[in-house]
Order: sequence, then C-alpha cells, then structure tokens
Amino acid sequence: MSDDAQTVADPGTTAGEAARDAVTCSDLSYSFGQVKAVDGLDLSVASGEIFGLLGPNGAGKSTVIRCVTTLLPVPSGMVRVFGHDAARERMAVRRLLGYVPQQLSADASLTGRENVALFARLFDVSRRERAARVTEALEAVGLADAADRMAGTYSGGMVRRLELAQALISAPRLLMLDEPTIGLDPIARTSVWEHIMAVRAATGMTVLVTTHYMDEAEQYCDRVALMHQGRIRALGTPDQLVADLRARRDDGSTPTLEDVFRDVAGSGLDEEGGEFRDVRRTRRTASRVG
Amino acid sequence: MMSAEPAEPRPVSVDGPGALGLDLLLVPPRARSGWRVLPARVAAMCVVELQKLRHDRTELYTRAVQPALWLLIFGETFTRIRAIPTGGIPYLDYLAPGIIAQSAMFIAIFYGIMIIWERDAGVLTKLLVTPTPRAALVTGKAFAAGVKALIQAVVVVVIAAALGVSLTWNPLRLIGVAAVVILGSAFFSCLSMTIAGIVLTRDRLMGVGQAITMPLFFASNALYPVAIMPDWLRAVSTINPLSYQVDALRGLLLGTPSHLPLDFVVLIAAAAIGITAASCLLGRLAR
Repeated sequence: MSDDAQTVADPGTTAGEAARDAVTCSDLSYSFGQVKAVDGLDLSVASGEIFGLLGPNGAGKSTVIRCVTTLLPVPSGMVRVFGHDAARERMAVRRLLGYVPQQLSADASLTGRENVALFARLFDVSRRERAARVTEALEAVGLADAADRMAGTYSGGMVRRLELAQALISAPRLLMLDEPTIGLDPIARTSVWEHIMAVRAATGMTVLVTTHYMDEAEQYCDRVALMHQGRIRALGTPDQLVADLRARRDDGSTPTLEDVFRDVAGSGLDEEGGEFRDVRRTRRTASRVG
Repeated sequence: MMSAEPAEPRPVSVDGPGALGLDLLLVPPRARSGWRVLPARVAAMCVVELQKLRHDRTELYTRAVQPALWLLIFGETFTRIRAIPTGGIPYLDYLAPGIIAQSAMFIAIFYGIMIIWERDAGVLTKLLVTPTPRAALVTGKAFAAGVKALIQAVVVVVIAAALGVSLTWNPLRLIGVAAVVILGSAFFSCLSMTIAGIVLTRDRLMGVGQAITMPLFFASNALYPVAIMPDWLRAVSTINPLSYQVDALRGLLLGTPSHLPLDFVVLIAAAAIGITAASCLLGRLAR
C-alpha cells in the first residue's frame, strides 16, 4: 500500500508509463437494448491522478462508472481496477473503491458519525479501531463538530463531505465521485473540492470524477476525457485540450474547456441529452441539495 | 459561468499524511473472509435499524395502534360472541399470537418499499459497492426487519398482557417466540424485496403489497382455526408461512397443541428461499 502511495508522488506527467494504472478499460461496450451506451471505449486512468470524465447527458459516463464500480456486468471488453478484473474479482475491486454516487446517499435518519460507522462495519474495520477511524474520517472532511447531529439537518455541502468521509473510511486507492458538486452553491462547491484535494494530497489516492462543470474540471483535474455517444472524443490535460483547439481554430481567440466540450459534442445536445429518468434524478438531487 | 470563483493555483501535494491527521485512513482494514462476512454484515444492518429506532420512536408507537385496536375491539368483541372454536381458551388469548404475527408481517412487507426508496436515493448502489455479497445484504435487511418486528412484538405482548391474556413467561419459550418472529419477518421482508426486484417501482409495489397482505392475513390461522375454513382456503393456508408462524407462536406463548418442529422447518426453509430469491433479483434494482 505505502509503496503505491509513493509511486504516485507526481501525478499526471508520465502517467502512461506509471507502473500500474488505476483503471483500465479496453474495448468496453455496453448496450441497453438497442441503445449503445458505451461503444468500444478505451480508457486508462493513471495511479494517483485526478481524472475527469466529462460529457453531455447520455454520453455513457454513468455506464462506465457503473462498470468500474462492479454494479453492471462487463458484457464485452475488459475493465480492470489496479489489475483486478471488475467482472470476475468484484469483491477485490470493491475493497479498493470509495464511491460517492450522484444522488445524496447519506441516511438522514442517522447521525453523521453513525453514517460513517456503518461503512466502517461494511468494510470490516475492527471494533478496536472503529471509533478512532470514524472520528478521523469526519475530521478530514471538517465535520467533527457536526458529527453527532442528524444528517438530515446538514446542508448540501455537508452531506457531500459526509459521503466523502464514508468513502474514505476504508482507505480506498481509487475514489469515484459521480457529479460530486451537482446542485451546490459556489462556496459549498469550493469547500467540497478543497477537501477532496487535501485528502488526495494526504493519501495519494487516485480520483475518478464525472462533472458537468467545466471550470471545476479545468481547475482540479490532472487529465480529462471528453465522452460523446459512448466514446472518448478528446483526452489530455485541460491545458493541452484548450491549446489544441486554439491551434486548430487559429483565429487568435482563447477558447475555454467549455469550448472544447462544445467542439467535441456538437451543438445538437438538446435532442439527445439523457433519458427522463436521468434528468429526474439530477433535478431531484439538485433540489434536495439546494 | 462561475467567474466569481477565485482562480486558485492547482494545489501541490506539500502536506505529508500527518498534516490532516489521516494516519489511520492510510491503511485499509483487514478483510474478513469466508463465513465471517455474513454475521458481520447482518450485525451492521441490525445496528443501523436499532440506531434509527433510538432516534425516532414515532414509528414504534404509531405501529402499536393497529394491533392494539385489533386486540381491543375485534378481540374483546369476539371473546364475548364465542363464535369461533378456539379449543377452550378465551378468543382474546387465541387472537394475541395472530396479531403479533400480523404486526410483524406488516412491518416486514414495508421493506420492499424501503429498498426501492434506497435505490432511488442512491443508498443501495453505495451499499452494493461495499464488499458485501448480495445475499449478505439481503440477509442483513431481512434480519434488520426481524429486529424491528421483535421490538414491535414486545409492545403487542405487553398490550396483550395488560388486557389479561395469560401468556407464558418461561424464558426459553420467549426465546423461541423471538426466533419465530425474526424468521417470519425475514421471510416476509424477502418476499417484499423479491417483488420489489420484479416490479421495480414504488407505486406498483404499494399496489402489490396491499393486494397480498390482507389475503395472507385472512388466509391464515391468525384470526380463526384452519378447521372452519372452506377447503380451498385451507389449501392456501397450508402453503402460507404465516399460518406456521402463528401456530408456533400459539404453541410457545399459550401452550396450546401445535407442531413446533414442522413450524420451525417451514419458517427456516421459507426464509432461506426468500433470501435466495431476493438476492437473485437485487441486481435488477441496481441497474
């Protein structure tokens, strides 16, 4: 464990050559009936980097996340998490994962501490160590003072940080965050990200995050992949992608990551973006947070 | 879009692990393996259930109303009428175990709705990404339902005792009662979670739940002996685990003639089948 934490000291740079990738998807395809959600996707996330998976609604991000988190089978292709096959070695993969789903998943009828303690139990933290470990996780996300309040009284940003603490309790090597700041106000968003960055700095864990906020991706991600229609259309550091687009346009303007996104996904997003259920879920999450 | 936000430089990892006080969180916990996983997960689920009940006892009280009314109104009235052959004991005594089983079943049937709610809320996906086999998760929920039903059963027993029902206080028999209540709840919660895995939405499950709970209750020996049922209803009662649960509760609490070994075999088998079915269908909820 500590060896791996050392090898990731400089994330992002020579990622490809890093000893072992945190996540490797090769030729991953997944269909819901006739609809191809993921279409022959190749992706590798280097150990220790913060990797942003971006794309419009319905691009297939969630399906990729679900395959990596072992929630969906891998019908065709291969998904590996630190070398473990996500389809065959599910338990081994789950022990390496900390997962924060898009929806607010903390239990409102338990205190913050009880919420984290549940995950300590589910990850086999020994009774001797449990209390100290739970306290440490709550301190790491700045919830020590609110730990014994019911989670139902937390603000949206606090719930997200509580979920972060739940995910951290097992010392995961890969933290998966699905739209971690959706529906939060700018101050809460910054706070959530600051805690993610601080924890990453302290533990050297790999972070795989999906987001719709291009400014966040630009600011916090070492590398981003832009997905559209089940494939990766652009991959690189935010600076690289922006520089590439500037070179291609060659009109003196300075594009942003959002322009890259628009360039990749096209403008006809409204017609294909996301199923009703996804939209409803997103709105519900947003309204519960806000 | 968010231009108001200060443009921070990309943070550099200068802090050592000690800076955040994360020492414990750097080492993954030692994984339990083999047979130790199941009891640990079941315990985790039961602890959560007890914590919730400790924070909010409203449900405990509101759920006591219905059994209390059954005993007070239905029980007291039918005791006077003496229309139902009970084998010589007052009807209220005969009814009390049936009402214990009924209130436990009503609690357990709610678990399917809860698991759909958990799916919608994202709790279920998060639980499924922990190193918890699906069968262990379902078993955990099933026993959590049992723990909740057990606490409810204590309330009903107290109400029944207050109404003058002569119940046993033999600790061994009471342990047997607890086991029967937990096994029955495990089955009915799994039945409900299985249906949840088939119908997938809360609205449909509410409909199905309503449609099966009353028949399960009336097509059992909870209110009247099987002997006075028409043949077709008796056949339904024979395959209804609730009948075996009530039979066992009656035998244990009142000392009436019963078929305890058969009752336990049926309840254990029913719980095992329920857990298997619900675990197989749990994946459908996760998609």
